[in-house]
Amino acid sequence: MNAVVLDHITKTYEAGKVLAVDDVSLEVAAGELFGLIGPDGAGKTSIFRILTTLLLPDKGTASVNGRDCVKDYKAIRRSVGYMPGRFSLYQDLTVAENLHFFATLFGTTIDANYDLIRDIYEQIKPFSDRRAGKLSGGMKQKLALCCALVHKPEVLFLDEPTTGVDAVSRKEFWEMLRTLKQQGITIVVSTPYMDEAVLCERIALIQGGKIMSVDTPASVIATFPVQLYAVKAANIYRLLTSLREDTAIDSCYAFGEYVHVTFRHDTDQDLPQWQQKLAAQGHEQVDVKKISPSIEDSFIRLMNEKQNVQP
Amino acid sequence: MKQLLVFIRKEFFHVFRDKRTLLIMFGLPVVQIVLFGFALTSEVKNITLTVIDQARDVNSTQIINKIKSSSYFIVDESAINYDAVSTAFKKGTARCALIFPAGFGNDLQDAGQAQVQILTDGSDPNMAKTVINYLTAILTAYQQEISPGAQLPYRIIPEQRMLYNEEGNGSLNFIPGVMALVLMLVCTALTSVAVVREKELGTMEILLVSPFKPLLVLLAKAVPYLVLSLANFTLILVLAVFVLHVEVKGSILLLFLVSTLFIIACLSIGLMISNTTNSQQTALLLSMMGMMIPTLIFTGFMFPLENMPWIFQMISYVVPARWYFLVIKAVMLKGLGFSYIWKETAVLLGMTVVALSIALKNFKIRLS
Repeated sequence: MNAVVLDHITKTYEAGKVLAVDDVSLEVAAGELFGLIGPDGAGKTSIFRILTTLLLPDKGTASVNGRDCVKDYKAIRRSVGYMPGRFSLYQDLTVAENLHFFATLFGTTIDANYDLIRDIYEQIKPFSDRRAGKLSGGMKQKLALCCALVHKPEVLFLDEPTTGVDAVSRKEFWEMLRTLKQQGITIVVSTPYMDEAVLCERIALIQGGKIMSVDTPASVIATFPVQLYAVKAANIYRLLTSLREDTAIDSCYAFGEYVHVTFRHDTDQDLPQWQQKLAAQGHEQVDVKKISPSIEDSFIRLMNEKQNVQP
Repeated sequence: MKQLLVFIRKEFFHVFRDKRTLLIMFGLPVVQIVLFGFALTSEVKNITLTVIDQARDVNSTQIINKIKSSSYFIVDESAINYDAVSTAFKKGTARCALIFPAGFGNDLQDAGQAQVQILTDGSDPNMAKTVINYLTAILTAYQQEISPGAQLPYRIIPEQRMLYNEEGNGSLNFIPGVMALVLMLVCTALTSVAVVREKELGTMEILLVSPFKPLLVLLAKAVPYLVLSLANFTLILVLAVFVLHVEVKGSILLLFLVSTLFIIACLSIGLMISNTTNSQQTALLLSMMGMMIPTLIFTGFMFPLENMPWIFQMISYVVPARWYFLVIKAVMLKGLGFSYIWKETAVLLGMTVVALSIALKNFKIRLS
């Protein structure tokens, strides 16, 4: 059975003026680690809030573990764990008090489900007497995760859990999610960071309230239809300008220290010849190579295709 | 049940860890009591009376001595003529004056009738009237003293008594008023931010995704403030009795019971505000401005309600403090029992039920 089902969900704000979620259908299997990948304002938070029964959809139906998000909201609220995008614990309560409060709220105790949170809680235990507001970003996230887990939820909803967290803590966080997945908890997580997408089992790329693609990260990358090239020069800005003037080039965009390029006709390019051509145009230290695409390349391509289809 | 207890404990933590809330809670009543008790008194005491005695005879001297021996006036005899008094009034250094004309004693002895002039600063009518009353009383007393035999054929002697406050202690009037005002302000203001704060801080978002019940939240929010407000009430009472010498004539238990009811009524109003607003700022503004002005005006301790046009009297009926003020006066100052205040109590109970229902009905189980 699917743990989470979204069926043609549409959500608008301000009396229909702002379209946040546009006819989204999605299924997440039980026990899956599912990622919702998209930039800010793509509609990720709205989808989370509909699934956690905090918002009513305008159109469509949604369910969590077979329970309807509108009618059976009480049952869903009892059985899911939710971590909002913004840190939402009591800042003036200590770490231990927060955890104890949320455990009691769900009619359980910290000890009853300690196995589930042990690995995470052990890391913040030395600070259990510290006020939550005084914790660092990474520790706040760990505490919030503990509070969302303390009642052993069937489905865990994590809305941008790694935003504003340092690289090391992000890595640790994803390792924790993998451990939790092994315990049979379905996890739906959203993130604006494309590099985190490959850590999910399946992902949905979302942009402007619409789902562009749902698949495993490997398949998303594999469906990239053309050969991707990376070009580097001393002056990246000038390089980008002259590449944009080249009519043979389909798309080019800055990607770290390189410019990623695709051609209109997907024939193999003669790399040394291309390099010479660029050098002749006055570019220095030119480096040209073939690369395999990343999720971000796929995302950008899908986004551009969508924009070209509906000008 | 355990959920409720833990929730209440959490609310206590919030209150005790927020020093500003505590300061408002316990600072406000102390400041109010001290202000109303010592600074904003409407009694006229130790007022400087400018006296010009152009007669300088036995009678005028005797009257001046009588005035000096009363506790109301400090006699200033430095002015020598009418012009000096006039200038002093203009400058504002004199606010009342008593002038004996030349030959005052002779007129009194020979013609059996003499005149004195009393001047007061009418820009402060309250003070002016009080001064005239005091001086007239002293003059009448003197008159009877010098002619005890002069019996008029028919005389009506008013025998005056100020019931419930024989000494004319001004504190008696405002103590119930301050109690009503302080409890109303503190209770509504503090609870009005209680629920809306969770919305603003985002904690409501996870609170909603949990099996809690709205009534549980409202109860948990109200209980700590009820406990603290009762402590507050005790503090005001202790200040009133020991600092301002107000005697509690009625049953202390009854006083605490009706005060508890009034506090619950105010907390319900606060919760109602909290559930219908979306920011702490709006909630505070509503509870402070929206409650303070009507409470000050329509409770009846500053301005008599009977003199107001009917529309304002109608408004006063929906101000909880008005009913509580009546109850406190009846129980504390007059020593009356429950049978005299059941109507007011019923009104307060009704207001509580209405406010709580609105609060509960407006509790949003989703994000709007």
